[in-house]
Amino acid sequence: MSDPSIISCDRLGKTYLDNSGREVVAFEDISLEIARGDFVTVIGPSGCGKTSLLFMLAGFESKTSGAMLIEGEPIKGPGADRAVVFQEYALFPWLNLRRNIEYGPREKAMPRDEMRRKVDEMLDVVGLASAAERYPHELSAGMRQRAALARVLVNEPKILLMDEPFAALDAQTRLSLQRELSRLSQELALTVMFITHSVEEAVLLGDRILVMTARPGQIYADVAVNLPKPRDPTAHEFSDRRRDVEDLLKRASAQTGETISIPIIV
Amino acid sequence: MAAAESAPERTDARPLKVRPPARKAARFWRGFIVPAAALLVWQLATSLGWVATASIPSPVSVVESWYEWVFGPVIPLAWYSGTWTAYALLSIRRVAAGFAIAAALGSSFGLLLGWYALVSDLFDGVINFLRAIPTTAWVPFVVFFFGIHEAAAISLIAFGAFFPIVTNIAAGARQTPRTLVRAARMLGTPPHKLLWRVVLPCALPTVFAALRIGLGLSWVLVIVAEMLAVQGGLGYALWAAYQVNRLDLIVAAIISVGLLGLVSDWALVQLAAVSLRWQRGLVGQ
Repeated sequence: MSDPSIISCDRLGKTYLDNSGREVVAFEDISLEIARGDFVTVIGPSGCGKTSLLFMLAGFESKTSGAMLIEGEPIKGPGADRAVVFQEYALFPWLNLRRNIEYGPREKAMPRDEMRRKVDEMLDVVGLASAAERYPHELSAGMRQRAALARVLVNEPKILLMDEPFAALDAQTRLSLQRELSRLSQELALTVMFITHSVEEAVLLGDRILVMTARPGQIYADVAVNLPKPRDPTAHEFSDRRRDVEDLLKRASAQTGETISIPIIV
Repeated sequence: MAAAESAPERTDARPLKVRPPARKAARFWRGFIVPAAALLVWQLATSLGWVATASIPSPVSVVESWYEWVFGPVIPLAWYSGTWTAYALLSIRRVAAGFAIAAALGSSFGLLLGWYALVSDLFDGVINFLRAIPTTAWVPFVVFFFGIHEAAAISLIAFGAFFPIVTNIAAGARQTPRTLVRAARMLGTPPHKLLWRVVLPCALPTVFAALRIGLGLSWVLVIVAEMLAVQGGLGYALWAAYQVNRLDLIVAAIISVGLLGLVSDWALVQLAAVSLRWQRGLVGQ
């Protein structure tokens, strides 16, 4: 292989204890290779372990079995190379927008001038230059999520991990952020893993869609989307693709990891 | 269509305006109506003979004795003349010293207790036990230990105010949102810096709430300490006035303590308002 995978999971499993001390298998035996620059969307019924998978890659949670490598190295806790964008934004409410974006560079002790320049640049990229001195609670939901994106992109991460980042936004804002993300990920050649519960969003953004089964989660289907970007959700090809994925999701939701073994590759 | 219908209504109505500042001033003065009315009723009750002045002094007599207490000549052995400023300063100094110790130790230990499971496991039991003992129960012990000395009053205040501060701040630190901790980790904060970078700023509103409780308790304890353990101060005056049946001075001392408590609380709230600028709008005014 000329371009080795940036993310690789081999028979990865996650078991946790619930509140009453019973073992719950979130997922088992997930094997997965993600190539550099891929935009992978993950969709599946709730509780299928997709967020666990994401948080394990982020280093927030540990694996219970199998192997998980980033550029061939095992994961040792969170790091700025793997940026995470949370559904609830997770901006620091006591810092204004500029200070929120400066957080990562400050942790790296970046020289002041360089930091200033990079943060200004990033504020422009996400269109928040005029709101730089405002606090998160003074911003709309869309602006907050833009800020959260800027806060991680300023660190020049290799991988962007997104946990239903646009789920809490209104339709109009969601659409504009989806477009911006799609553009930015191509421009910055980011590898993105994007969790969503919207089939439309999965098809709109993904080069590749992973459809997961109910718990214990397993990859039911691995769908390549070869439509050119930016994609038009009203186009026929798009609708066809969406219908296919909706169909796969419906079938996947009726399955668990125990009933299937080999993912359908479309 | 809805917009077309509502448009003429809007022109009839008074134009929308930002609330004018005059309203704010009016609201400020409104706060004085009830105290003024209470004062009036008090004066009427005593001057019209509704109550015996032997059991309730009239406001006028309170003001007169208070005036003497503040501005009268300093006479040896006459503690009720010209000593108010010195006594008030004594009480303020004790509260300031005791509260400062409680605030410094309580905040830092509270954060550690709330954030590190090990610290919590080690100290929770001890703290809950000590917290269950009313601080006033320590008075005899403290007087034995320090004698009639400033240290007795200050340590009683510091000890008593420490517990509400520590437990409230620990509770605040325990509620640090996990997502913010993860966000900080993902942005490169090493685990040992999380307390400073995330836990403290998150807990800051609780820290100020805890400090307010601690400050209020400090004023309670300074009066107790001055009644029983040290000489001088408003609590000492209060007790001395009781022993010579000077009801007017008792009331003057009570109101003095109330005013000092109010001013110190106000100062703390101003400090909080500056530190919590980012929070404005999240939690009302």
